[in-house]
Amino acid sequence: MEVTEKSGFYVYSDVELDKNEGIQIEALKTASQNSIPDPDRWLDEETQRNILLTSLDAILNWARRSSLWPVVCFPACCAFELIATAASRFDISRFGMEVIRASPRQADVMITAGTLTWKMAPNVRRIYEQMAEPKWVIAMGACAISGGTFAQSYSVVPGYNRIIPVDVYIPGCPPRPEALLHGIRMLHNKIAKQSIKQEAGK
Amino acid sequence: MTVALSGKEIAARLAKQFPGSIIEATGNTILVKADSLPEVAAFLKNAPDLSFDYLVSLTAVDYWDYFEVVYRLTSIPRNHSLVLKVRCQGRANLHLPSVTGLWRGADFQEREVYDLFGIAFDGHPNMKRIFMWEGFQGHPLRRDYL
Repeated sequence: MEVTEKSGFYVYSDVELDKNEGIQIEALKTASQNSIPDPDRWLDEETQRNILLTSLDAILNWARRSSLWPVVCFPACCAFELIATAASRFDISRFGMEVIRASPRQADVMITAGTLTWKMAPNVRRIYEQMAEPKWVIAMGACAISGGTFAQSYSVVPGYNRIIPVDVYIPGCPPRPEALLHGIRMLHNKIAKQSIKQEAGK
Repeated sequence: MTVALSGKEIAARLAKQFPGSIIEATGNTILVKADSLPEVAAFLKNAPDLSFDYLVSLTAVDYWDYFEVVYRLTSIPRNHSLVLKVRCQGRANLHLPSVTGLWRGADFQEREVYDLFGIAFDGHPNMKRIFMWEGFQGHPLRRDYL
């Protein structure tokens, strides 16, 4: 492009700019006389409407996080906040979570709502082991994180992560339903980043 | 409301029935000698005008020198109540007679006292720990635990 000297500054000629723009438009117009064919034109009309292209990870993670069924494991008082979260006001059915399973074999996530004693610990561990992969754990409340006020006690497990791996920690004594919902959203984000390749090597 | 019976009146009656069984009586509690607990408890349950048919709770207190086991009794037909106490001297190898033969409700509570305070109840059908697991060391509600 030609540059002219004017009042001590080097500026581009707007005449030149307009001319170049015109050339580009003409070239595009000449090259675009025919419409671009539909890439899936080889499919029949019925099939075209029912195919969605995405990556395997994206679709699997979307499906998994959109219906996390919790297992019944509510050893203490945080359960009441969980019940409030599940009920109509906060309503975890918005996340496809309203199906709280009594059988760990049908559940995806364990929300550990409450203090855990060592006498109860083998049973909670067993529930976790009976859950089918993939599975996640939300540690709800101070007791689930660290034993809370009972951390030094002779009978309380100082944190669920002593016996099972925990994915999300929600502080509070107990956490309000909003906090639990925030934790659930964080777990959704975590699941969205997972890959089946990682799972294979886990 | 349930009427709390005078411990002194009951104690005077018990002292006549079972000489030497009462150590002291205050307010609505009576302190009974450990050896005479079975007959005193049976009398309180079976005497028609007392008929303490319901053991509300059974618990223990650690006073360092001795343990005190507290029996809170209520009569449902008579609608009155009384507190019975028994002392257990020392801190090792403690034994008391069981009252499970009189009140079946004492079963789990005597096991609880055994578990957390280490007082064994003779005559109990199943004297073992109830809250803590087998193999747990010590009795957690004792004052010298930790």
